[in-house]
Amino acid sequence: MMATPSSTDLAEPPSGNPLLEVSLGPQHPSTHGVFRMDVSLDGETVVRLKPVFGYLHRNHEKIAEKCTYLGSIPYTDRLDYICSLTNNWAYAMTVEKLAGLVPPERAEYLRVILSELTRLINHSALAGFLLQDMGALGTPLMYAFREREKILDLFESLTGARMMCNYMRFGGCRCDLPPGWIEQARSVVAKFPSFLEEFEALLTGNEILLARTEGVGVLPAKLAVNAGVTGPMLRASGVNYDIRKVDQYGIYGRFKFRVPLGERGDVFDRYMIRILEMHESLKILDQALREIPAGPIMDPKAKLRNLRPKPGEAYGRIEGPKGELGFYVISDGGPNPYRYRVRPPSLINLTILEDMCLGQTVADVVVILGSIDIVLGEVDR
Amino acid sequence: MDTLDQLKTRIEAAAPGAQVEIIPNGSPANQPSLLVDGGHARAIAQFLRDEPALAFDYASNVTGVDWPEKVTREKVKVKKVVDGVEKGVEELCEKKTPAYLEAVYHLYSMANKQGPLIVRMRTENRTDRVSLPSLTPVWRSCEFQEREIFDLYGIVFEGHPDLRRILMWPEFTDYPMRKDYVEADDYEYEPTPHDDVLAKAKRHYPAGGTPA
Repeated sequence: MMATPSSTDLAEPPSGNPLLEVSLGPQHPSTHGVFRMDVSLDGETVVRLKPVFGYLHRNHEKIAEKCTYLGSIPYTDRLDYICSLTNNWAYAMTVEKLAGLVPPERAEYLRVILSELTRLINHSALAGFLLQDMGALGTPLMYAFREREKILDLFESLTGARMMCNYMRFGGCRCDLPPGWIEQARSVVAKFPSFLEEFEALLTGNEILLARTEGVGVLPAKLAVNAGVTGPMLRASGVNYDIRKVDQYGIYGRFKFRVPLGERGDVFDRYMIRILEMHESLKILDQALREIPAGPIMDPKAKLRNLRPKPGEAYGRIEGPKGELGFYVISDGGPNPYRYRVRPPSLINLTILEDMCLGQTVADVVVILGSIDIVLGEVDR
Repeated sequence: MDTLDQLKTRIEAAAPGAQVEIIPNGSPANQPSLLVDGGHARAIAQFLRDEPALAFDYASNVTGVDWPEKVTREKVKVKKVVDGVEKGVEELCEKKTPAYLEAVYHLYSMANKQGPLIVRMRTENRTDRVSLPSLTPVWRSCEFQEREIFDLYGIVFEGHPDLRRILMWPEFTDYPMRKDYVEADDYEYEPTPHDDVLAKAKRHYPAGGTPA
């Protein structure tokens, strides 16, 4: 379905009935946090949809400008609180560009391993939540959370925290692996495919899932590019753009993996892309856990406290589980960043929410929003 | 990809009269940027997006920066006639950089897999002449991000389809990300205020009294 041009003043709804104004959210389980959509309905059909943000706004960027460079790392955990390690990496990488630091080999491997594990967590949780939005209450989500817990155990034994890991530093990582960690990680990675098989056997061919997702919320590739949509959302529309391949940041150039692409850009493709990306992440993990070298985990030039980069600016970006996560930092030579900006993939992926929802029913809006994969900690910052 | 100098020449040829300046970047990141004038920004953006060799089809990050007036003092050697003899005297000279707000666009090309190209625009000052052309008609991804700049910095984007506050509430009047923003002191509620919080809270009590 092609989106029709949006208009704020619809004088006459197509059916001739008066429009119904509904405020979907902010306290609604399907909005994944506190997020509101002002929806105008013609019967069950959406004719206008305006997202309303800011319920969780705390001006993260201003707080970071009043902190030292190091002091902001724990705050980045709280952006997308499901994927704290990728947030850490994006910020650490940007400051490394700004200050000219190079993390050692072992730290690069650790970063890849941890961010791919984070991708597994994010995508499996997303698949569970998406099914919950369709009415499969609880069970698929609990299957996903069971696997997530095993990975969180790995994070806990390495960083001391399950979700707010606060682990990466400029020029490396905070601490080295505890004994036995690699073996434990290998066994988690080895058992993960059986979870995916089970999950797919239960769900992917399911008639209700197909009926609710196929042809729903179609996003054309051209609009997706123009609207800055990134991550699995973009690739589900068939655009081959994965920053791990394009920028080859860190050491991603060394690993063999494929970039799954969708054909139609509907909700089903977005669900399937995530399942396929988990398979690719497992391939990367398999290689990285085999090849990880011994050695230092911090750049000897790195200075954590009282870091004062030369005046200048840097933009760094990574392929986060939700899309392009970027940080833009300007230094004026002082101990705090002069300007600190987060490019939140969740917020920018919401740009085309209205385009995808027009002409669909209210129940579809919930599923479409679920397939975008937002976290309000990052949308509102 | 062309170097920034070549790109500047091409932009000036494509948009006659455009003023383009290369802003160097002192950090090891080596990401210099192009400063374009607001009057030609839309035409330049169209050119950057539609020219097949460039094809910057993806505006990734759009953000604002606040640069208040800056006074830098430097010593300048001045020749002066002292007691009939010409001498080189060092004098303290104040140099004022006028204040402005800046919008920064990080552009990438998905078609050609290149970037980032960093484009900046500056307002004339940061009080009354703060409008810039919106680039949302060229790249939809600017829609929410330009709204955010309007909300937090107060840059008015002309030609934006839906310029409203996005993170702050509509009745809010200030621009929180500006460097001279004074944060409200009455948002923090404590049932038994003490120390700093009490001092702040007292300013909101009725004269001479305790809270109602």
